[in-house]
Amino acid sequence: MIGAFPMTVTSVRAPRHGLGVSAAPRKRLSHRKALTIFIGPFLLLYLLFYVIPIGYAIYQSFLTVERVGTFGPATTVFGGFTQYIAVFQASDFWASVLRVLAFGAVQVPVMLGLALLFALLLDSPLLKGKKFFRLAFFAPYAVPGVIAAIMWGFLYSPSLSPFSAVTQNIPFLGADLVLWSIANIVTWVYVGYNMLIIYSALLAIPTEIYEAARIDGASNWAIAWQIKIPLVTPALILTAVFSIIGTLQLLAEPQTLRSFSTAINSTFTPNLAVYTTASVPNYSLAAAFSVVLALSTFVLSFVFLKVTQRRAFA
Amino acid sequence: MSAPSLTRSSKAKGSQREPILSRSAAMLIMGVFTLYFLIPIWWLLVSSTKTQGQFTTTPALIFTPDAIPNFIDNISGLFAYNDGVFLKWILNSVLYAGAGALLGTVIASMCGYALAKYGFRGREAVFNLVLSGVLVPATALALPLFLIFSQVGLTNTFWAVFLPSIVSPFGVYLARIYAASSVPDELLEAARLDGSNEVRTFFTVATRLMAPALVTIFLFQFVAIWNNFFLPLIMLRDPSLFPVTLGLYSWNSAIGQNPELRSFVIIGAFVSIIPLIIAFLSLQRFWSGGLAAGSIK
Repeated sequence: MIGAFPMTVTSVRAPRHGLGVSAAPRKRLSHRKALTIFIGPFLLLYLLFYVIPIGYAIYQSFLTVERVGTFGPATTVFGGFTQYIAVFQASDFWASVLRVLAFGAVQVPVMLGLALLFALLLDSPLLKGKKFFRLAFFAPYAVPGVIAAIMWGFLYSPSLSPFSAVTQNIPFLGADLVLWSIANIVTWVYVGYNMLIIYSALLAIPTEIYEAARIDGASNWAIAWQIKIPLVTPALILTAVFSIIGTLQLLAEPQTLRSFSTAINSTFTPNLAVYTTASVPNYSLAAAFSVVLALSTFVLSFVFLKVTQRRAFA
Repeated sequence: MSAPSLTRSSKAKGSQREPILSRSAAMLIMGVFTLYFLIPIWWLLVSSTKTQGQFTTTPALIFTPDAIPNFIDNISGLFAYNDGVFLKWILNSVLYAGAGALLGTVIASMCGYALAKYGFRGREAVFNLVLSGVLVPATALALPLFLIFSQVGLTNTFWAVFLPSIVSPFGVYLARIYAASSVPDELLEAARLDGSNEVRTFFTVATRLMAPALVTIFLFQFVAIWNNFFLPLIMLRDPSLFPVTLGLYSWNSAIGQNPELRSFVIIGAFVSIIPLIIAFLSLQRFWSGGLAAGSIK
């Protein structure tokens, strides 16, 4: 694929004389036109489906419904911070936030630790059949969260699981364990994906560095700890940020597992709380939840990027 | 500059020196986790070759002698059920994800390319605006999108799911990184001297050099749309508009009232993951190179 490019390059470079020399003023204009064509579509869609919805959610979150008496006509009026006061008093919502934070504090390090371990093993001379392992570990990424939750729902089930000897004794879908059963599903889906990102970063390290280290007598362990891991830290930060964002968004897996487990209530995760509140329908409160959630996600991932003090994003 | 290939031959010569103990330990770890990753998929494959009765009475991880005829029966039952609504769901998913990712890739790569290759006032501001989009969770947008679409009467339509899916801030980010490192300025200058206009230069010259990044953006956006759940869940009421994830979810939630759906959920889950697995395996050598670019910087 990449080998084909130099040929393209030479054919394009064949110079044709006389053109473009006197075209300087027109070039400026065509530059600006080209920029509009290149950037315009994305910015327009971004404005319509990112910026405006956020603005609208903020607007909606400042509204409140008022009624005259119990059965009087409902009118929507400006309510100031009414909804936000309700958000801060919604103990269900905060319980769900704490739940996903606990989930993330355990699941993200475990997942990324495994992904790093597998990537280092794939990059080491210890393994045979690397291509097979790479594909086998990555395959679950092709399984959507809903489908993964359905599959694992059956596998966890005390009666339908192929491992019913285990699942009859350990209540994977009970109130105590169900959060960690979901963590297992998310880990199962995403370890291989994160492994590949880290592995790609490992492959980009020039081999000369290792050779120099070997000449200095460094062991494989030392090379992994002191050279490889520091050099793939930007990739680790990138995967960590996306995992944190993913954790706070958790919805498909718990919502799907509700048909297997009674331990998952309608406000199990923040997004489930948003969905449930919107179904009431109480759009203003749901919008306020969304705003708080988006803001906390943004702040959390931003702070994480700042604290790690590396520039995962150029 | 170019994407690294996924094998590194110069390292093979070291393998003789490794102690047998660490090699066995490494193989053991990878072997155990191979089982962890593949057994659920294996279970799904085996279960989709069983009749309703066999599902609970035969060993779950072993094929029965009549697996192949059962599989054919199950598949034809799945596609016939409820006037073939499952096929409709698959086609919907292909349309949402295929067309959405294709359009999204073109739009995002044009924007990323321009951010990398043109100096203009406000460039960093635009890039930072796009980057903050990467950090805003898409599901936080689902509810406000629903409220806006209901203002204009477009909820429960194809567009309600399709249009928001096109926007990929991460695609812009990846395209910018990749264009900056793989499209030389001299080449663009040469194309300009050749009289090629800017837009044509992008589509004929730059896109070829950016091919690994474009495949990566396309595939990962395809997966993101294919897996998207909250947006269709909140937007759609009409089952004929559902993507396959939402359709299977609705069947799965109805198993309690209608137990015959269980076998359709299982066989349907199996059928729905096949296209993605094939797409990833067959395009592997393209996207793995593009993936590297996003994380190196």
